Amino acid sequence: MSKIRPDYEMTKWRRFLRFVNGEELPEDWQKRKDAARAIGERMEQLEEERNEFFLNKKKWRASYQKYWKEQAEREYSRALNQYDYWPDTKGVKLFRRFYHLISALICISIITVLLVTVSRLPEFGSADTPANSSEVVDRYIEKGQEETGAVNIVTGMILDYRAFDTLGESHVLFIAACTVLILLRIDHGKDGKPTQAKLAAEEDDRKFEPKNDKILQKAAFFLVPCIIIFGIYVILNGHISPGGGFSGGAIVGAGLILYLNAFGFEKAEQFFTYRTFSVVTLCSLLFYSVAKCYSFYCGANHLDSGIPLGRAGDILSSGLILPLNICVGCVVACTMYTFYAIFRKGGI
Amino acid sequence: MDIVRNFPLFNIVMCLMCGVVSSVFGAKQAKRLSLFLIGAVFFMNIAVLAFVAKEGQYTYMMGHFPAPWGNEIRVGMLEAVIAVFFCAIMFLSVLGGEHYIALDIEDAKSNLYFTMIDLMLASLLALIYTNDLFTAYVFVEINTIAAGALIMSRSNGHTLVAAAKYMIMSLVGSGLLLIGIAILYDVTGHLLMVDIHRRVEVLSRTGNYQLPLTVAMGLISVGLAIKSALFPFHSWLPDAYSYSTPSSSGILSSLVSKGYIFLLFKVFYRVFGFEFILDHKVTNILFFFGVAGMIAGSVMAIYQTDMRRLIAFSSVAQIGYIYMGIGLSVSMGTVAAIFHIMSHAASKSMLFIAAKGLSDVSGDSKEFSGLKGAGYRNRLAGIAFLVGAFSMVGIPLLAGFTSKVYFAEAALTASDIKMEVAMVALAISTILNAVYFIRAVIIIYTPHKYTDFDQSTYRAPKTMEIALLCFILLNIFLGTWSNLIEGAIQTGLGTFS
Repeated sequence: MSKIRPDYEMTKWRRFLRFVNGEELPEDWQKRKDAARAIGERMEQLEEERNEFFLNKKKWRASYQKYWKEQAEREYSRALNQYDYWPDTKGVKLFRRFYHLISALICISIITVLLVTVSRLPEFGSADTPANSSEVVDRYIEKGQEETGAVNIVTGMILDYRAFDTLGESHVLFIAACTVLILLRIDHGKDGKPTQAKLAAEEDDRKFEPKNDKILQKAAFFLVPCIIIFGIYVILNGHISPGGGFSGGAIVGAGLILYLNAFGFEKAEQFFTYRTFSVVTLCSLLFYSVAKCYSFYCGANHLDSGIPLGRAGDILSSGLILPLNICVGCVVACTMYTFYAIFRKGGI
Repeated sequence: MDIVRNFPLFNIVMCLMCGVVSSVFGAKQAKRLSLFLIGAVFFMNIAVLAFVAKEGQYTYMMGHFPAPWGNEIRVGMLEAVIAVFFCAIMFLSVLGGEHYIALDIEDAKSNLYFTMIDLMLASLLALIYTNDLFTAYVFVEINTIAAGALIMSRSNGHTLVAAAKYMIMSLVGSGLLLIGIAILYDVTGHLLMVDIHRRVEVLSRTGNYQLPLTVAMGLISVGLAIKSALFPFHSWLPDAYSYSTPSSSGILSSLVSKGYIFLLFKVFYRVFGFEFILDHKVTNILFFFGVAGMIAGSVMAIYQTDMRRLIAFSSVAQIGYIYMGIGLSVSMGTVAAIFHIMSHAASKSMLFIAAKGLSDVSGDSKEFSGLKGAGYRNRLAGIAFLVGAFSMVGIPLLAGFTSKVYFAEAALTASDIKMEVAMVALAISTILNAVYFIRAVIIIYTPHKYTDFDQSTYRAPKTMEIALLCFILLNIFLGTWSNLIEGAIQTGLGTFS
């Protein structure tokens, strides 16, 4: 009998059972509830008719009861509706308003705290701040050239004093490129052949690519060699003048991207494919790791690494810094080009 | 024997190199290389642990220049114990989910998945061993990107959304951490933890730059709390853990967030010094949010109908336990928190892999209604789930019980109000844990005729069975031999700062 109750699905016991069994609310419970209620109403009606028939005396009383019952039921269903739909209508609005308010408050308070903090920091650029007057900086400036062989003490610092950080940093670039490959690469299906998605992307690319734009091609014809040669210059002179692997690599990468834009993928694929990317990054990073591991090992065990520092200012000087700069430059250039190519058509 | 001193360096460089090499390998070789690497690192770290136990802790110079100028790593008892443990968990997680990695991830990309695993291990080891805040930040970057890749490598809609959520929250955390480190460098002029500590002591004596120091501490704590999903910042967690491939879920829940918590320990003990932290009442705030997380995480878990989301929400509660342990601001509390890092890692990754094994025999259903009787169809996964659930609830002889005992012991030595709150929270949270875990166990052991499944043809993946067996043993080991580990943690913590 109790299963015919209109609110059977929502009773405490039933809800507990559902919780224990991990069941969901049956989809048609509303329908069932309505049906059950209809049956209940019909039965009541029948009963009433019978009452009316047999107990004519109590007629006034029955109608009175019926009136109150209906009233209560209406109240109940209205409450149920309000409870059910409140979150979807009013609740969302209220929550949004609250959310905006709170996020604005949090932003403003964080900005205030940070501004106050900045105003209490040591004066920027002054010589006696803790950062400028510590023994760390003194040694970098005074002995940097002598100890690392690099005229550019920034390069000396990142590739010799604190080379471990830079080792991590170049792997950050590598891992970022790999992540983008996982996310966006579509040119290899399960069987290693180009997928439909790739073909579609290529088709799409051709539609939007200004094919054989003469002005762009002529300009790129002069610019690209200059950019790449300048990038290589920056990389090779990283230990002598401002620059280094990161900045030079970025320049070379920009040159490659310009070439790709002017001449299209078909020409670019003649010298830069996925294979090029993996071989170049593999060789550079492996050399970097092995060289630095050797150098760390020698340093920590107080052995002589046997790497000559050379005369400061020469192109072939400063020990490992020049080859490491070249490695970093290769990795950065490849990563930049790869990013661009993958974002453009999902493959190299 | 002296060659052992170099092992942490070798480990990190090996992981980086294997990660790079994996990117050109095929899927199979990459997997083998990865497993071999984790195993090798595990044994090398055991050697380091033995060495440290005999000779005491040491600092290791990275390069030709001593510490404040060059980089440095520092190897102590605590670091070695955690490193060994992390390697073990990582090995078992990868081994257990290895069968599903091949199913979930495209063939051409699954070598990159193992690249991520290798680099993740490198970053975890570097986070554990580093003695320099900026090195820590660099490897936090690697860790964050690798974790994002581990989440989204399954490449369906859910994981992409989850990875996007994770990246946004996690990058906010990284940003706060970086600002904190920058402010700290500006007022102290150092990046080496020990030197910063020396300068902070001087500054707190003279009373200079107190506001920037406090703000830096707050930013670093909040940043790391966001990254390790402390309660109000947990919104990225359930999606990220429940939709990714089981190995990823195991590694993310048991190692990634724990790496950040360990870094937070370092910042508290070695950079600021615990007295400074106590003076600034940071632990009280962490205590509050930890307790809130313990209760809220469990309550949210009760409402879940998806098995893996339930486990994920339970993680929120367990992270709350760990922060509560730190927040008790007594040394026993920190010991309990570190022990709980281990016991939670051992149970949670097992639960994720067992849940996958159970849904495997139920037509890939993750909902409870579909999992009825799954414990009979895949017996070992059922038992592993049982052990994991009991451990999380805190049944004696299992890891979770021991860590709860330690928490209670720690609470007894804390201040009065904290003791009362912690005890009540522990009791309530344990009951709530029992409510949802026991219910899950009842469901998977309710006899149920499942028609779409043929018991005679199904073979559970061998590797998963081995991994689950090892996980069960590890749990029982942590539960029964806890004195050994607690002793190691105590000695490690004594020389930590």
